[in-house]
Amino acid sequence: MKMASRKRLWVVLAMLAAMHAVVLLAGFFSPHHPARQNRMAPFAAPSRLRFVDEQGQFHFRPFVYARVPHPADPRARTEARARAYPVRFFVEGWEYQVAGVFRSRLHLLGADEGAPLFLLGTDEYGRDVFSRLLHGGQISLLAGVLAAGLSLALGTALGTLAGFFGRWADAGIMRLAELFLSLPWVYLLLAVRAFLPLHISPAEAFLLITVVVGMIGWARPARLVRGVVLSAKERTYVLAARGFGASNFYLLRKHILPQTHGVLLTQASLLIPQYILAEVTLSFLGLGVGEPASSWGNMLSSLQQYHVLTSYWWMFAPGGALLLFAQGFFLLASALQERASGSL
Amino acid sequence: MTRYLAARAAHALLLLSGISVLSFVFFQLAPGDFFSDLRLNPSISAETVAALRAQYGLDQPLHVKYFRWLTSVAQGEFGYSFSYHSPAAPLLLARAHNTLFLTIPATILAWLLAVPLGTWAAARAGEWPDRVSAAGASALLSVPDLLLALGVLALAVHTGAFPVGGMVSLGYEQLGAWEKVRDILSHAFLPVTALALTILPTLLRHVRAAMVEALAAPFVKASRAHGLPRRSVMRHALRVAANPLISLFGLTLGNLLGASLLIEVILSWPGMGPLLLEAISARDFHVVIGAVMFSAVAFIGGNFAADVLLYAADPRIRTK
Repeated sequence: MKMASRKRLWVVLAMLAAMHAVVLLAGFFSPHHPARQNRMAPFAAPSRLRFVDEQGQFHFRPFVYARVPHPADPRARTEARARAYPVRFFVEGWEYQVAGVFRSRLHLLGADEGAPLFLLGTDEYGRDVFSRLLHGGQISLLAGVLAAGLSLALGTALGTLAGFFGRWADAGIMRLAELFLSLPWVYLLLAVRAFLPLHISPAEAFLLITVVVGMIGWARPARLVRGVVLSAKERTYVLAARGFGASNFYLLRKHILPQTHGVLLTQASLLIPQYILAEVTLSFLGLGVGEPASSWGNMLSSLQQYHVLTSYWWMFAPGGALLLFAQGFFLLASALQERASGSL
Repeated sequence: MTRYLAARAAHALLLLSGISVLSFVFFQLAPGDFFSDLRLNPSISAETVAALRAQYGLDQPLHVKYFRWLTSVAQGEFGYSFSYHSPAAPLLLARAHNTLFLTIPATILAWLLAVPLGTWAAARAGEWPDRVSAAGASALLSVPDLLLALGVLALAVHTGAFPVGGMVSLGYEQLGAWEKVRDILSHAFLPVTALALTILPTLLRHVRAAMVEALAAPFVKASRAHGLPRRSVMRHALRVAANPLISLFGLTLGNLLGASLLIEVILSWPGMGPLLLEAISARDFHVVIGAVMFSAVAFIGGNFAADVLLYAADPRIRTK
């Protein structure tokens, strides 16, 4: 039983790491530049990768057909079977950066100029949804992870302060935490966002959201850390160390803060998906990262138009990605909780 | 009794005043206000903008603004909405009414589903009803509220079985009384269902956990052994399990209000959510603060109600 649960934890971790790696290497996996518009092909359906040509011959290299207006109905599209565009692997293309450090021009997939290689179709400007999904993931995931880090750091600092030094610090911090916890989360998020500048560039918006989301979520981790610190500081070995003349700082670093690691780890697995969702929600509502940058939130916001919602199912792609990541973190959280309850 | 309730009520009031003070501190820090966009207009002079700000008291220091707002709350006005040119209270009240029109039925629906389903799962722990409900709950739990609302909207637009958007149809005024009720109910059906689904999995899990614990108690075994019918044993067990569930009722209100905001925006239900968003883009800060205070009152009030219920349900609190 114990082995099984440990194995599950590693499987979930490996899965999440792989998904994050794909998003981190968005430039490599994207066939198109995320902002490149293709005005001739708005809302193009996902291209079908084909292996069998008109003559019924099988090709190992997949290929796609160009899409042309239907002869009978100019608004509909049909495939032009005359010319096949082969999909090429490891092609040179537009330059991109990995994690803002490495530069490269290498792409996993590519096709000749003019070939409609849109794995998840295109949006209203004819931009490749697959490429935007990967690049938008960088923003959404990074915002979630950074904000969770900020929340946990603030929560640990304030929780330790409250639990270790007690008295008025404890009373003050815990009352403040109560205030933050007595507003519904979405209202709190919007309330803080309301008083910040509205018309800002995507980069500023990204920083702003990360800070806002990170700052307002400190209360729950602070409470949990405070509880752990309170019980840890009364342990006999801590009292003994204090008797030997250990300073507060030494006690905290060596004996008390290591105790909070388990709680922090579980909290991280709960907070990261929640904060990814916070970014998505804000951008969806037009209060977060805006065009031309892509984020899962602003990609989903085009679904508020009914004709997009009903006609172009591939515009739901960011929702699918969100679901995948939410499920991954959910499994991680339950595996971590299982581990925590098993080790006690 | 009165002492306990008075203490809880005082605590709730303290929290509310704390939130209002905190909102005004943020209000003070905000760059720009409702009139800052006017500065971009070359035909409006800087003096006019300054005069407008002075007229509405926006140039006053924090404590003056706060006490003016408190006075207007006491007079039942809740500040002034710059974009609607009216006191904020009537706006807020109409929207609060519409939001509660979704959240209250959704809460009732979710509990009506969760209690029997959770009890059933607990009674058959480890068997197929338990597994099916656990799998369903965890699948539903990992669907973000935003996607759930979009999914419901897509379903509605696709099938056309339910009216999409708004609270009433065109020509509502001409309908008869009975048709008016039917019209509103058919508009409310989808948002209420979506809202109930957002909290159902959490409720289901907690009801199951509480019932599993209650059913393991010795008195359950004893009453079974004495030949009491299953139904009446369940009734007694439910009474024991009710305690954590009452607190849960208060705690899930926060999620419910948040989910309601998103669902209102996506399904264009004229509730507090769309008003708040509109006020944020217009920098209509008194309306923003009013909407935030509404959510705080609903959340804290719900928790206060849970405290009262807990007091009534649990004799241990009464003797404390």
